[in-house]
Amino acid sequence: MRLGCPLGSRKPRIGLAWLALPSLPFTSLHFLVRPLTDTLGRPIAMTDLPATSTDHNELARRARLRLLRMHREAGVGHIGGNLSALDAMLVLHHRVMGSDDTFILSKGHAAGALYVTLWTLGELGDEALTQFHADGSMLSGHPVARWTPGIPFATGSLGHGLPVSAGIALAHRLQGQRGRVFCLCSDGEWQEGSNWEALIFASHQRLASLVLLVDQNGLQGFGSTDEVGGIANLRERFEAFGIAATECDGHDAAAIESALADDVTGSQGPRAILLHTVKGKGVSFMEGKLEWHYLPLDDELYARAVAEIEAG
Amino acid sequence: MRDRACQSWVSLAERKDSFVFLTGDLGFRALEPLRAALGDRFINAGVAEQNMVSVAAGLATQRLDAWVYSIAPFCYARPYEQIRNDVCQHGLPVKLVGNGGGYGYGAMGATHHALEDYGSLVVLPGMRAVVPAFGDDVEPAIAQLAAQAGPGYLRLGRCEAPPSWTPPPFSAWRRLLAGARGVVVAVGPLVGPLVAALLERPEAERPAVWLLGVLPIEPAQIPADLLDTIERSGALLVAEEHVSTGSAGEAIARSLLERGVHVACFEHVCARGYPSGRYGSQAWHRRECGLDAVSLIERSAKLWSEVG
Repeated sequence: MRLGCPLGSRKPRIGLAWLALPSLPFTSLHFLVRPLTDTLGRPIAMTDLPATSTDHNELARRARLRLLRMHREAGVGHIGGNLSALDAMLVLHHRVMGSDDTFILSKGHAAGALYVTLWTLGELGDEALTQFHADGSMLSGHPVARWTPGIPFATGSLGHGLPVSAGIALAHRLQGQRGRVFCLCSDGEWQEGSNWEALIFASHQRLASLVLLVDQNGLQGFGSTDEVGGIANLRERFEAFGIAATECDGHDAAAIESALADDVTGSQGPRAILLHTVKGKGVSFMEGKLEWHYLPLDDELYARAVAEIEAG
Repeated sequence: MRDRACQSWVSLAERKDSFVFLTGDLGFRALEPLRAALGDRFINAGVAEQNMVSVAAGLATQRLDAWVYSIAPFCYARPYEQIRNDVCQHGLPVKLVGNGGGYGYGAMGATHHALEDYGSLVVLPGMRAVVPAFGDDVEPAIAQLAAQAGPGYLRLGRCEAPPSWTPPPFSAWRRLLAGARGVVVAVGPLVGPLVAALLERPEAERPAVWLLGVLPIEPAQIPADLLDTIERSGALLVAEEHVSTGSAGEAIARSLLERGVHVACFEHVCARGYPSGRYGSQAWHRRECGLDAVSLIERSAKLWSEVG
């Protein structure tokens, strides 16, 4: 367990340079990642970056605050599904992924959480986040293609991330390359047939470098996943497809990190981790509430949410 | 054409380590040589075309040249969103191969026909469609697609070239026959029977026949002598095994307007679906739509008479 991992300590995405400098703080390492610029290509001042964090809770607290502010400033919703997915994204990017690894956000409506995660890594500046949903921005409500290495694939239509991830994992194998592919999808997304096609394919091809994470918050756009699609027993379904599946608390950093450990299942094929999450996690009036799939925050609710998160 | 395509892919695979071929469980008695040549880079992705296209996109992000093969409608219609989002929006060089374009699968039924394939594909960003008409076109058409940095679609059919006649080399625009009675522009193998029927006629008694092989049309690249022939003759008939909306015929008409070419008489003969509500061979559907050689020659002659 690596609690206390400093903010921005993810291995930079270039060669082996980081190995020589694993203990340096982010401010010493960031030049190895890439020049920091905002969406207009302007340099980002170091003062825009969040301060070094001491543990996941503090990192997640700051990320949640920034995520709420971003959504409030843009006047947009999808907050609930962003808050349920945020912890997993932070753990992946700060504690798990290395320079060879790829992250694909299949539940593209959690783009805000991904942007904030990249912000915690210093890959997006504070100024860039002000462009969320703005005209002329690259920070759309769902990730768009071809603008930053931290978002290797545009998503938003559900059921695309897993098959694309399978293709990347297959390419790694065909080319003898290292690197895992982490794909984060929603639970409602398992009503998409293309996901099951991908599961058959990934299992048959024994794509062992593919790790599927499911943000199982139990709510989708217009009902619970049980009411709409009856897909509560995803683990059994995955296992029936030959996928090694585990479950954990999707808001417990240590549990997520442990579940993501390479040898946890000994699987020779792809594996899945069902993250038990809470829609709207961290904001009491949002938690487990369907309406926070779509609703934006007004000033009063925003102030309440911020106060709650600041109070811890 | 399928055997010629297979030979071309084998040759391509020998030259490029990056070549990966995915099939949606099609290729029995056709693609076995390719499977043998490619080993683990030949992937039968099963009857799951949406996944197959997205996997191809994932492969392409890792600089692999992914080709995706199926019966034409299963190649472009079933996975259309995957083509749009995962391939085209990312500008990835995934190459789609649809076997049996138009009414190619004939009596197999309407589910197996591809009457809107290239029209619905070339509206997507960066997508180019290549339509070989003859067996000799296949290798250069595949080479052209392979060299293309963006996404592509290859519409395969059956070679229907007249025996002992050699078409000019594959290109976007080709004049197959000179003629003095108007112009026919065709897309795809249906031009073969038309050429066969007109080949022995004197030039003075037949239309000029041109063949279009690459879409979308770039108006500036329409050959000047074609434009000149169209304008001078005043009669243009476009024939293709594709529905009218999104067709080459529409694009040609627009291009002529943009180029300022006046056409006195224009007719578009195209796939009309299933007017009688009945089904049959490719030749039967062509006849029903007026796309057979006899009908095309009659309509071309009528158009010419209207100009005169």
